[in-house]
Amino acid sequence: MFHLAPATKWALGLVAATVLTFMYAPLLLVMANSFNAAQISSWPIESFSLHWWQRASQTDAIREALWVSLVTALGATAIALVLGSMVAMALQRYDFFGKNTINLLIILPIALPGIVTGVALNNTYKNVLEPIGIQVGFFGLIVAHATFCVVMVFNNVQARLSRMNPRLEEASADLGAGPLTTFRKVTFPGFRTAFAAGGLLAFALSFDEIVVSIFTAPPGVETLPLWMLNNMARPNQQSLLNVVATVIILVSMVPVYLSQRLTRDADSN
Amino acid sequence: MRSTTAPATITPPAAEASAPAISLRGVAKHFGETVAVRNLDLDIARGELFSMLGPSGSGKTTVLRMIAGFEQPTAGRILLDGAEVTRKAPFDREVNTVFQDYALFPHMSVADNVGYGLAVRKVARDELRRQVTEALARVHLDHLADRLPSQLSGGQRQRVALARALVLRPRVLLLDEPLGALDRKLREQMQIELKAIQREVGITFVLVTHDQDEALTLSDRVAVFHEGGIEQVGTPTEVYERPATTFVAGFLGAANIIEPELADELFGRRELLSIRPERLRLSAAAPTDSAPTVTGVVTEVVYSGPATTYVVELRGGTTVMATRPAGDDSASHRRGDAVHLTWSPSDLYAIPGSPTRTT
Repeated sequence: MFHLAPATKWALGLVAATVLTFMYAPLLLVMANSFNAAQISSWPIESFSLHWWQRASQTDAIREALWVSLVTALGATAIALVLGSMVAMALQRYDFFGKNTINLLIILPIALPGIVTGVALNNTYKNVLEPIGIQVGFFGLIVAHATFCVVMVFNNVQARLSRMNPRLEEASADLGAGPLTTFRKVTFPGFRTAFAAGGLLAFALSFDEIVVSIFTAPPGVETLPLWMLNNMARPNQQSLLNVVATVIILVSMVPVYLSQRLTRDADSN
Repeated sequence: MRSTTAPATITPPAAEASAPAISLRGVAKHFGETVAVRNLDLDIARGELFSMLGPSGSGKTTVLRMIAGFEQPTAGRILLDGAEVTRKAPFDREVNTVFQDYALFPHMSVADNVGYGLAVRKVARDELRRQVTEALARVHLDHLADRLPSQLSGGQRQRVALARALVLRPRVLLLDEPLGALDRKLREQMQIELKAIQREVGITFVLVTHDQDEALTLSDRVAVFHEGGIEQVGTPTEVYERPATTFVAGFLGAANIIEPELADELFGRRELLSIRPERLRLSAAAPTDSAPTVTGVVTEVVYSGPATTYVVELRGGTTVMATRPAGDDSASHRRGDAVHLTWSPSDLYAIPGSPTRTT
């Protein structure tokens, strides 16, 4: 570790504070304004009220979009948990032809621009599946989200598995446990926290996703971010937008925080 | 006469009417191009404490893992109490293992670790608890039943691993470098304890170690491994006093090995000879009796507390080591002193076969 002179410390602290302020002040402003009684966002806020929260909770389009977002995120997370863990186990435990390629193919969607994934899936749904009579509908949105959610679970579980002592599974077999019992009693508890952390990240990633959703949401289906996008241009909806934005911030940040904590707790022992 | 010195053929110490606890027949293991174990035959008798001793990479751990079922032999058969288990999965063998790093389940308490095998076998709860308590009491850990493995010391973990394997009363207990991770003092204490436990439960113990002291101290019999094969099987006394090969002589403590040409010149015997350093005596004056003797010059004196080792250069430049216990006043020599080395003829041992002889 470098030893820093007091003046340098102050200067660096100031830079850090400026950057963090620049990042979070606008978010806080949005959150604060969701409690602004006035129709138009302003600063400073003159009177606080839950008026817009109440209005938002009574707006059918918002309630429906929240429901769509939750179902999509939960669905995508469920798929990601199952597939991500399985592929992590396979890549971690077995050697087979094309192993490295598959590893890359699993991780790639996170680096791929959302617009590419979105357009590609949209084309597939419309030009390949529909002509042969398969209507993907809402499920198409969930699958689209699952493509990048898998990476979150896969990365977390694979990292944990690679640090697990392979002797533990041997010990379990040695003591008489078959493969399923060993998985249930030894392997899974070993990566349980990574599994949960990956799932929480996947949920957060899906909940605030918009680009892929634009191209894969079936007609008339809006996620919360889609609702925001569609109402951005309407000035009289601005206070409702603040409320929805606050909801998205909270619902995405809490899982990320929990996921961090889970990972840290597991690492410390 | 020396029936036990031929590599890889064994006579169990006591004649057993029944089959040996473990029999290996022509067992080999290849990892790709590498030959880890070559064509091994071995019988381990019931109730024996048997050690597989050798340097790392000599194949001893691979043999242990094949007996446990973690590795499948490339060729050969493995029998447990006379029944073939070669292709059986680890969970289908009545063999349990104490792992080198203990492999305790980190998310389970000590009691749950010890009860794991019983729980898998669906033993009733009261019976399970009774057996776990008994097993923990045997290793003096009954007071730590609720702890997690991370809260235990190395020695305590070792005991939990032992209890976890023994509670299932296996036909054979396999121990992979069981004391390797412990510090010296704890090690010596556990050696004694391990032997006591083995005697008490009467289960066959097969132990892998690279530590010759451990093998000699603990075992009823020792197999010395070298480059995937067994060089010699015998009691500790046999392998130490009557090594079958130069490798065995060298690996089991220090040995002075005298090449046939020099042996002929010095002792009048054209054979590969070996003598342990502690069997050589030194004196400044020539011995008065007719004992055989050679002269040499002390080139190094190594003091190690209970003993002092002298490196003595003989005629022709060969050096030998002579170790004298502390308090042996007749042996306080310095570098450069001319000395007479003497020995009893019975301590000079001709090494029979030396396939791995190095000069």
